[in-house]
Order: sequence, then structure tokens, then C-alpha cells
Amino acid sequence: MPEANSEPIVALRDVHQSFGDVEVLKGVSFGVAKGGVVCIIGPSGSGKSTLLRCINGLVPIKSGSIRVADFEVHNLHTDQEKIALRKEVSMVFQQYNLFPHKTALENVMMAPIYVLKEDPKEVRERAIALLTKVGLAAKQDAYPGELSGGQQQRVAIARSLAMRPEVMLFDEVTAALDPETVKEVLNTIRELAREGMTCILVTHEMRFARELADEVLFTDGGTIVESGRPAELFDHPRKDRTRAFLSQIL
Amino acid sequence: MNDSHVAQTSGVLPVLLPLAERMTRAALRERAMGSPTLRLDSSHGVALVVAFLCGCGITQAQSQAADPSIFTTLWKWTPLLARGFVFNLAISFMAMAIGTIAGLFLGFAQISLLPPVKKGAFFATHFFRNAPWLVLLFYCMFLLPFQVTVLGVTIPIPDWTKATLGLALPVMANVSEIVRGAIQSIPTTQWEAAASLAFNRRQALWMIIFPQCIKRMLPPWMNLYAILTMATVLASIVGVNEMMTLTQRALSAESRPGLLLAFYSYVLLWFFLYCYPIARWTVRLEARYAVNQ
Repeated sequence: MPEANSEPIVALRDVHQSFGDVEVLKGVSFGVAKGGVVCIIGPSGSGKSTLLRCINGLVPIKSGSIRVADFEVHNLHTDQEKIALRKEVSMVFQQYNLFPHKTALENVMMAPIYVLKEDPKEVRERAIALLTKVGLAAKQDAYPGELSGGQQQRVAIARSLAMRPEVMLFDEVTAALDPETVKEVLNTIRELAREGMTCILVTHEMRFARELADEVLFTDGGTIVESGRPAELFDHPRKDRTRAFLSQIL
Repeated sequence: MNDSHVAQTSGVLPVLLPLAERMTRAALRERAMGSPTLRLDSSHGVALVVAFLCGCGITQAQSQAADPSIFTTLWKWTPLLARGFVFNLAISFMAMAIGTIAGLFLGFAQISLLPPVKKGAFFATHFFRNAPWLVLLFYCMFLLPFQVTVLGVTIPIPDWTKATLGLALPVMANVSEIVRGAIQSIPTTQWEAAASLAFNRRQALWMIIFPQCIKRMLPPWMNLYAILTMATVLASIVGVNEMMTLTQRALSAESRPGLLLAFYSYVLLWFFLYCYPIARWTVRLEARYAVNQ
């Protein structure tokens, strides 16, 4: 459990974002303590994925502020600054987005070698260790096309971890998986969270959110409708909208 | 987001894809192709052989008793024609090499984030792609000097060099479109994944996007090569000593009426024999990559 009074590693204040005339985020504020796990739940189109993309600077914001560790994300202009941020914050996508022309091991090794300019031999050892950690040491020479969805997603997690990030963002990482493989991916994330990795997850896995999260945010229509500890939010939602949403899916 | 969905499912069960998705993919493929596809098959070869034999038959029927047989005549001229054909191939190789290198630059310029570079490349690509090949050839023949003097040294520019450059221009423009189409056919999620791993744009393009493009670019590029090879005979109009020019010379040397059909269908057979394997191979690669993407 993170300390309530510790300085948050990720802090958003009144973040606004729109695509054309459509306002996607209408003033979102929250913070995540170091080592904390925050789950974001909510209906499709409520801006959950956009929120994650804003945090690692893939999508620029209209107004407000986002701070991650020492980076003012809303003030990053040059590529160098954005790249420095992305070494701290790594993202895992719903569709895995592995590089199809590279083997599992190469997928994990690429960024540390070419972006962090680390010693290939050392990176290789670390990459193998990471693949072992996600249970895929035997598949290191397989191409993404030869792996199942769950295996691809675990390679994607290993690939993100290889950058040694401070914060991991997970964007509906189990949404494209079949129920059996969901478990293997969730186990990997659970292990990470228990090791103290700061995680922000957009997820539809309510049981998982309840078990792992320090805080759950319920978003709808570009705002945080309600937030709180999972036990409170799931068992005693204060807002009608939250209650309606939870009754639909639980 | 939608893009990625198509790309993720496309390799698995293409038959079950909704019609709209399949049509989108077909359209994207066509766009990436950049030029009409050669659909040569063996029946075309059979038709050509029949036409050739008919031509020979007609010539034989028209010839006088003293004339050597049509096959003897063709055989006599074959070494010369073969030399011309090798010249055609040499022009095609060089035009393809120059056009490909220039086209790669132009294609990358087309996806530049700098508006002037992007617009300039777009204009150049579409200008050279839509100009008739023959017009470009004439421009190069008559606008380029026949020699240049650099620091007192006079370097002659032979006709065939100018013809090669003239043919390289449309190749460049088509390669540019092939490159642009292939890069844009890679799901944007690949760019996103690269960016989230802190790759900069240049690294993402060279290490992640472009390597995935090569497979997609190969079939249209080979198709373009086959089209270029056939277009090399245009150089005869501007007086380069390639196969077509030499055929005309042979015909005027023989001064026998009726040799025309036999000779020209003979030339056509040479080109068919060269382009047919390329066209078949292209179709095979295309089918293979369509499944494996």
C-alpha cells in the first residue's frame, strides 16, 4: 500500500483534450503514488485510452498539467524530451503491437540497444531473464505470428519492462484475449504490481481491479465520476452512474 | 484503432472478413501497387507462338524459290538481335537502379513531416508518374546536351545514357508511390508502439516500419520492372541501338516484303520469354505475402 502522504509519481491536474470539436477529456485530475496501482474503469468512449496516451505524451493535451516523475508532460516539445519521458513510462497496448518482423527476443532487445544504447550482450541476458519471468523463455526465437494472443501480450510486457520504466501503462491489455489466456497475462501483471511497479491499468477485469488496485477510477464522458478504494467503489458506489455501470457488468 | 484491428485479423481468416474490410484491403493493395499489374499467363505464350508461326508461314508462302527459308533468315539475324536485346536489358537494369534509388528518396520525402518537402515530393511524383513515358524520353534526349565540359574535360553523353535517364524518371515516380503506399499500409499502431518505446521517428521508420514494407514492396516493384523492360523499346524511336532498332535495320537489309510479321513476333517472343517468369513470380509472391502479412 502506498503512503497516503507521499509525493505522487504521476499527477494529472484538470486535463482537457479534444479531437476536433469532440471533447474527450473534460478536466481529469488524479495522482498515483510510487508503487501504486490505479485501475481505470468505465464505458467505451469515456476517454480511458486517451488518458493513458496523454500520460506518456503520445497525444498532446489541450490544457491542464501532467507530471510524471520529473517530467512536465504538457511542456515537452522536442523529440528528445518526449523520448526521455518514454524511457520512464512504458505502455502495453490492447493489440500487443509487437514488431512482426522480429523474434520475441529481438522485440524485447530492440529498444534498450537502439534507444538506450546499452551493451547488446548485457541486454540479451536481461531480455532472456524477462522472457523467463513472463514464462516464455522457450519461445524466444518465435515470431509474433507464431505466438498466441496471450503469449504475444506477455512478450509485449517484457518488451516494455526491458526499458526499466518507473511507470507501466496497460491499455485494456486483456480485451483482445480469450478467457483462458487472460489469466496468464493478469498473473504477469499481478507479479509486477507486487514487486512494486507503479501501474496504471485501463481494464474491464473488475475482479482483477478489486484484487490489485489501490484506487479505482470510474470514468464516463471524459470525467472521473467517482474514485476510491476498490472495496468502497465496487460495494458501495456513491453515484448513480457508477451503480448503473457496475450493475451492467457485475 | 480500426486499422490495427484489420491488420491483426487479416492474416488469420481472410474469408470471414466482412466485405467492406476486404475491399479496403484490396484498394490499399492496388494503391500500393502503383501501376497496373501484368497478368501474363501461359495461354498468352501459346497465342504468341501461334502468331509467330503464322507469320513465318505467311512469309514462307510469299517468298520466291531462290530465297532462303524464313527460319534460316531469322537464325542469321539472331546474334545481332540478341545483342540488341542485351542492350535493352542493360538499359532496363540501369533505369531500374537509378529510378529505385531516386524513388526511395522521393517516397520518403512524401511522408515527411515538413509540408514543403512533402508537397514538393507529391508534385514531383505525380508529375512524372502521369506524364507519358515517351514524352519524358524525348525531353531527356533533346534537352540534355550531347556532351558536358567539366574543368576543361569534355565528357560525351551517349544517347543510350539519356534514354536510360528518361526511362528512370517514370520508374522513380512509380517507386516513390510504391514506397509511400507500403509505408502507409503499415498500421499506425506500429508507429505508436515504437514511439512508446522511445524510438524517434527516424529510428522507427528505419528499424520498424520500413523492414516490414520490403515484403509488400517487392511484388509491385518487380511488376514495374517487367513494364520497364517492355518500355525499353521506346528507345528505338530516339535512335538507340537496341533490339527494335536492329530489327528495323535487319528488315531493311533483307528488303523482302512479308518478313515484317515474322520478325516482330519473333522480337515479341523474346520479351515474353523474359517477362513471363517475372510476372509469374510476382503473382506468387503477392499471394504468399497476402496470406502471411
